[in-house]
Amino acid sequence: MRKVAIVGAGMTKFVRRALETPKELSFQATKTTLDSCGLTLDDVDCVAHGTAPDAFDGLHQNGEYMVDGCGGWNKPTMRVYVGGGTGIHAIAHGWHHVASGLFDTCLVVCEEKMSSAMPHAQAFFLTIFDSITERALEPNLLWIFALEMNRYMERYGYSKEDMALVAVNNKLNGLKHPASQFTDQVTVEDVVNSEMMAYPVSRLDVSPVSDGAAAVLLASERVARRLTDKPVWIEGVGWSLDTAYWATRDLYYPRYTDTAARMAYEMAGIREPAKQINIAEPYDPFDYKALHHMEGLQLSPRGKTVELLRDGHFDRDGNLPMCPSGGLLGVGNPIAAAGTMKVCELFWQLRGEADERQVPGNPQLGVAQSWGDLMQVSSVVVVGI
Amino acid sequence: MSEVVKVFGGTALSEKDISSGKIFLTKDSLDCAYAWDTGVAINRYLAELKKGNIIATRCRKCKRIVLPPRLFCELCFIPVNDWVYVHDSGVINTFSICHVHWDASRVKAGEDPHLPAVIEIDGASPGMGIMHLLGEVKPAKIKIGMKVKAVWRPEAERTGSITDIKYFKPI
Repeated sequence: MRKVAIVGAGMTKFVRRALETPKELSFQATKTTLDSCGLTLDDVDCVAHGTAPDAFDGLHQNGEYMVDGCGGWNKPTMRVYVGGGTGIHAIAHGWHHVASGLFDTCLVVCEEKMSSAMPHAQAFFLTIFDSITERALEPNLLWIFALEMNRYMERYGYSKEDMALVAVNNKLNGLKHPASQFTDQVTVEDVVNSEMMAYPVSRLDVSPVSDGAAAVLLASERVARRLTDKPVWIEGVGWSLDTAYWATRDLYYPRYTDTAARMAYEMAGIREPAKQINIAEPYDPFDYKALHHMEGLQLSPRGKTVELLRDGHFDRDGNLPMCPSGGLLGVGNPIAAAGTMKVCELFWQLRGEADERQVPGNPQLGVAQSWGDLMQVSSVVVVGI
Repeated sequence: MSEVVKVFGGTALSEKDISSGKIFLTKDSLDCAYAWDTGVAINRYLAELKKGNIIATRCRKCKRIVLPPRLFCELCFIPVNDWVYVHDSGVINTFSICHVHWDASRVKAGEDPHLPAVIEIDGASPGMGIMHLLGEVKPAKIKIGMKVKAVWRPEAERTGSITDIKYFKPI
């Protein structure tokens, strides 16, 4: 396998409701990415793109619709789709294209427009549950998060205040992100006292519904070294799907993240991730989920994560900054694009270009992870400079 | 940000932009209908539910007794054809008290919240849970680890569905 680098990154603002169509959002993120490294579409060999449920857009085979917006016209183009895991799964997919030697450059573009779904995108998640044994109970997506969060908190004796601290930290980081859809800081009290949606999940424990797109350009070593003196190397990729019989695995631990992370670390030659990784961007659609994933990513001992959080270990200037971008809670959550946004963040952070959000101490190695489907998939990428 | 990236696309719309007619919208409503065959294993599961029984399958290799029953063991990847009745009682593995309906509309004041739970069924392998609902319990009294038992619909009302069990109640 050849070495693969990220040489450009770009994204749109994440907003509650965008004027732009999915295709227009994809174009904006893609064009910004090409401009960021001084390339044009002629320099792109292939495209890996992602968008999550077709149901949000009401467009069957949404990937084909998107192709013009992500520069895929008349090029080898492939769509990947694993729900919330898509944003980083697409990176792994693009990595294959270049690492295999088949292509020298690959655009990775992920987009989501959730606002078109009426009255609320949440309704469309009903159709991820088993059609016969679960859907008759009229479940909603919040149930599975609430069930998982409750199990996780009970197992380790974590409180709602502990979980709320993640929302507070991430939203604080997000205020510094120019593409964030938020303008207000919140406190632990705000989170705990916000509307109870599905105990233990309150309104502010949850990331918002968003529209947006994000993209990166991958290049082989030969091309990358010509384009930039600061390539960010993809050191390892990993992904894993656990069983869809989700109620039969104990929800307190994300085994799918564990498996995916170990695969990526092995490829990257990382033996002690908690010591070697300088920045973590775990997937945080809910506040508890960031901590849950930190344990699965082997970046925090099981059951000790809140202790580390309260000690400032995961702050921007802590030993292992967590979600310096602001994450999904602080920037926004256009499903597929959210994971790619995390990779854009690592690209800017490792190049020292993250402005106000810059993690101090010249970080060298970062990990980003996304998660989705029926609480069963994780995609992990390790990048280094 | 990147030395080159200074501008971010994406134009945020407000409710006012839409209600004032500044933005043109087109609307559509898709009416999709499906009739799902229940499959070999679930068909028998539902037939037994109609009779007031919960039936599981046992894998001859890993010996797991699993719910819902299945035609093949996803771990050993071999066919499964060993059927076992399990109890209609179990233990709450986790639960939620949900004030939101499936379409994100809110449960109104005076209406009962939804009480979904993962229930580990007695007689199945440890940790073998199914998603179902809780009932006949004050939400504040629900605890992880609580023992519960199925409350069945009257036989004449059962249709061969997971909802033939109305809910599980604490015992």
